[in-house]
Amino acid sequence: MKVKRGFQDFLKEVRKNWVLFLMLVPAIAYFIVFSYVTMPGAYVAFVNYNPNKGIFGSDFVGFKNFEFLIRNGDLVKITKNTLLYNGVFLLLSHMIQIVLAIMLSEIMNKIFKKISQSVILLPHFISYVVVGVFAYNFFNFDNGFINSLLVNLGMERISFYSTPGVWKYIIVFFYIWKTTGYGMIVYMAAITGISSEIYEACYIDGASRFQRIRYVTLPLLKPTFILLVLFGLGGILRGSFDLFYNLIGTNSLLYGQTDIIDTYVYRSLVGSFNFASSAAVGLYQSVFGLIFVMVINLIVRKVEPESALF
Amino acid sequence: MGQGKKESIPATRIRMGKSNRMLSIICYVVVGLFAAVCLFPFALMITSSFMTEKEIVSEGYKLIPKEWTAAAYTYLLDNPKKLLDAYKTTILITVVGTVLGLVIMSMAGYVLNRKDFKYRGFFSFMIYFTTLFSGGLVPTYILYVRYLNLKDNIWAMILPGLVSAWSIFLMRNFMKSIPDELYESATMDGAGPFTIYLKIFMPLAIPSLATVGLFLALGYWNEWYNASLYIDTASKYPLQYYLQKMINQTSIEALTNAGHVIDAGMVPTQSVKMATAVLTTGPIILLYPFVQKYFVSGLTVGSVKG
Repeated sequence: MKVKRGFQDFLKEVRKNWVLFLMLVPAIAYFIVFSYVTMPGAYVAFVNYNPNKGIFGSDFVGFKNFEFLIRNGDLVKITKNTLLYNGVFLLLSHMIQIVLAIMLSEIMNKIFKKISQSVILLPHFISYVVVGVFAYNFFNFDNGFINSLLVNLGMERISFYSTPGVWKYIIVFFYIWKTTGYGMIVYMAAITGISSEIYEACYIDGASRFQRIRYVTLPLLKPTFILLVLFGLGGILRGSFDLFYNLIGTNSLLYGQTDIIDTYVYRSLVGSFNFASSAAVGLYQSVFGLIFVMVINLIVRKVEPESALF
Repeated sequence: MGQGKKESIPATRIRMGKSNRMLSIICYVVVGLFAAVCLFPFALMITSSFMTEKEIVSEGYKLIPKEWTAAAYTYLLDNPKKLLDAYKTTILITVVGTVLGLVIMSMAGYVLNRKDFKYRGFFSFMIYFTTLFSGGLVPTYILYVRYLNLKDNIWAMILPGLVSAWSIFLMRNFMKSIPDELYESATMDGAGPFTIYLKIFMPLAIPSLATVGLFLALGYWNEWYNASLYIDTASKYPLQYYLQKMINQTSIEALTNAGHVIDAGMVPTQSVKMATAVLTTGPIILLYPFVQKYFVSGLTVGSVKG
């Protein structure tokens, strides 16, 4: 009864405001086709996918696809890698962003400030493919920049592309390199938002600049920091696919320490057309990702209700 | 008022005690060094593209080559077909995607911004929910290839990034400052919802259109991912995918396979890789100073919740 009335109200509203509804249709249609229609398609993780039979016509196999991934250890490995990388990314990048944002806001020379801010933001604008080119430029065995330096210094060449151990540092470096500018600007906006009266009071009380940063700026940045880190934690199962894929690509020598959920999903599909593994890992990521966001949102609502997502 | 306040914070200007000066120097040095690190890979890429193949092979990529040459660029300009095809694809998807995306998302942002639109809460959540859960790569892939028949179709690179919940909310929030009375009085004057969108909303929304348009254009210009999933024909590769394929090739034969006509003698393989990267990134770097401010303002809009 109630549903029916609601639907009638809706129709009435559509008739009255049909132009507005019509203007919203393209966006809604887009999300229905590309997001909502694919959601039930996640069922593909539970079947033995046969392209001729389609997703819902293929044979149901239950959790077999997941069992396989757990038994061969892949799921544990990529989950661990994803969590570790994202954990390091989160902590390190926010620390660096905060330090740089504070330092930049302490700089009085306007030209220096503007140019350095632009330069630090520049990496955000280029594609990760170009980051892959940079890595090649630096690290390739025969003529990479680092190896030619090493040779000039009379040292042995390092075969980076067959040494798994070094890539975690390279990946973290390029992550910081590419994302710092973006985060730094968010923090600079937060610093600009700090009332100048507080700074005046500091001056009158005779605080040094260092004391002002330590006792005023940093504590006032804390809420922003906590919120950003919490939201970052919500996406901790989602990796920076672009970064990892363009640095590592299909170099299986390096997978042990560099394979994350997203690269695994992509490679299973594109490399070997293993729909079962790809879909199973993808669903695992979506479901646990959603749970993470829910939990984080609960926490945020406790800490600062106004910033909660929903 | 604000100006007067600014002048009355001399803490940073007048009181330059010893420790304050130290701090100031540290700030300049650290920020300067970090900026240099950000710039270095670009510099190395550019100078590497001007090196002779002989020097690269014998001594490796260097920041300051002994001998400068534009051989790599001459080579690319002599065999421009592949690069031009890629440019064409990239420009096409960037223009079509950005314009179409802006039209769809500005209309949605406008409707969701109107407080007299009764179902805006419902539709906002419907849009927002797509950021929380997705079917994943495999169902999406099957949808594109099997049901929409977009394998090797240029739309397979346009559609995936066309509409994003985040941009719709950015646009809507950007416009929160428009008072409802503006809509009401326009309606009184007999303007329909679409006229109000065109004549009132759009002109006021120009800054947010610029920001969202920049996000879109940047995404399309840097596109390689969907090309790698769906595009098979080499002449339809966008720039970044073309570049990625090229970098991953190690031998001259591979370069030939990618469609380059190889004459006898030395082909500047290694410098060509860098020159290609320079040519695909160049437009972004050139436009960067002009578009940066829209990007920064987009970042600082703040909350984008649904």
